[in-house]
Amino acid sequence: MPTVIFQLPDGTERKVTAASGTVLMQAAVSNGVAGIVAECGGNASCATCHVYLDAAQSELAGGPNDVEDEMLDFTAAERRPTSRLSCQVQLSDALDPMLVHVPEEQV
Amino acid sequence: MSADRPGVAGVVVVGGGQAGFSVVSTLRAGGYDGPVTVFADEPHLPYQRPPLSKKAHTEPDELRVSLVPESFYGERDIELRLGDDVVALDTADRTVRSRAGLSVPYAHLVLATGARNRPLPVPGADLAGVHAVRSLDDALAVGRALTTAQDVVVIGGGFIGLELAQVARARGARVTVVELADRLLSRAVSPQLAEHLRRRHEESGVHVHTGTAVQAIEGTDRVRQVVTSAGTLPADLVVYGIGAVPRDELARDAGLAVDDGVLVDEQLRSVSDPRVSAVGDCARHPHPHAPGLVRLESVQNATDQGALVGRRLAGQPPAPYANLPWFWSDQGAVKLQIAGLRAPSDDVRLVAGDTPGRLAAYAFRGGRLAAVETLDWPAEHLAARRLLERETPVLADELTDTTLGGLARARRAAEVRA
Repeated sequence: MPTVIFQLPDGTERKVTAASGTVLMQAAVSNGVAGIVAECGGNASCATCHVYLDAAQSELAGGPNDVEDEMLDFTAAERRPTSRLSCQVQLSDALDPMLVHVPEEQV
Repeated sequence: MSADRPGVAGVVVVGGGQAGFSVVSTLRAGGYDGPVTVFADEPHLPYQRPPLSKKAHTEPDELRVSLVPESFYGERDIELRLGDDVVALDTADRTVRSRAGLSVPYAHLVLATGARNRPLPVPGADLAGVHAVRSLDDALAVGRALTTAQDVVVIGGGFIGLELAQVARARGARVTVVELADRLLSRAVSPQLAEHLRRRHEESGVHVHTGTAVQAIEGTDRVRQVVTSAGTLPADLVVYGIGAVPRDELARDAGLAVDDGVLVDEQLRSVSDPRVSAVGDCARHPHPHAPGLVRLESVQNATDQGALVGRRLAGQPPAPYANLPWFWSDQGAVKLQIAGLRAPSDDVRLVAGDTPGRLAAYAFRGGRLAAVETLDWPAEHLAARRLLERETPVLADELTDTTLGGLARARRAAEVRA
């Protein structure tokens, strides 16, 4: 069960666990992590589950797919090299513990 | 009444859908510490509705569609009354009474009652094998029926009908869509884009009959065929989606102003009673993007209106409701997205994307961009939302040799330089 540590914009942290293979967005939403809106429910339609991965883990997690890559240009908070849509990131034992930075705004 | 603080009037929310959930989660996030009670007439935890018609679940899958786990409500001291609905509202006493007989006082009441399917007004609509899809239980019933159905007739060529047509097609059924209007999605998208979408459905093997009326559904024990103005179609499963009507009778019976939805002001308060608000599918409200009053049926609208009322009731400074409306529909492999509200008189320009299948329809009003519909082009949809939310308008002649994505990037670069 990988652990995910969400670092929120106000400096606080939320630690949750979820099964390997779970989508990162789902792990956030089902634990009520503030700041991950996921308006479309995880269909890569809305870009309101934008997160910044930890720089050291970003490469291990893989990059965005083509559609996600285009969508990341239009997120509410600025795009950075480690930006992902959390509905497209799967948890894995290799990323345990996973560090995720939640941006200031989503919509 | 809230179990631990009997008799103390707090916030009562009628409805456990996306709008009601948004109200209570925003209330607690905003620091409201009074009693909060939600009446949800379905037995399930508040859940996402969009996947129901896009997937037609084959097994109970509540964990995957629930908005948050049950512990969310307990941790926030939100009393969630599943399987109970408010049946009477007394605005003078500021009390609601539930079907189960509970009487709860309120300081503020939020109506988040949603909408119900418009009933199918033809003989045979009550036969076994005829389904609408609005609830999780509806979707489970259709999912089960699709495991054996071979001939599926979909009545209604709107979002729900077309989503279900693709689900049935993916399960291997022969599928026919019957639509009364002369084109698909006549209320929701431009004729130009709808024509392309029709082609995509037909290419996937779905038969589409527009300008066709359903006259009767026939069968003995269960549905066997559908009689239409263009002939008779064999059917062992019929699903229909011909629009929805707001569930506003509680408000009407209580004497609140109602006209195809609970009438509210720009703060989403009932125009008849400032102690009552209405949000989501059941609310008719002013909006800066639309003339007169509008009632919007979408997740975005439900979520944003619920959040506005939740913030207001938590004591934050009120702001008028002005969120940009947006919609999406996954019809099989085709992703349809809409930003803004198109008017029938808008000038529509179709723009092809850089890869096959990508398409956008820009709707201009008085030379300014007012709404954008896209097929399989989420980035262009997001760019449209960014640009339509800004106060600087997008003019038609700015888009002669660039897409919205290109324009958004150019404007952002100009901002950075300035």
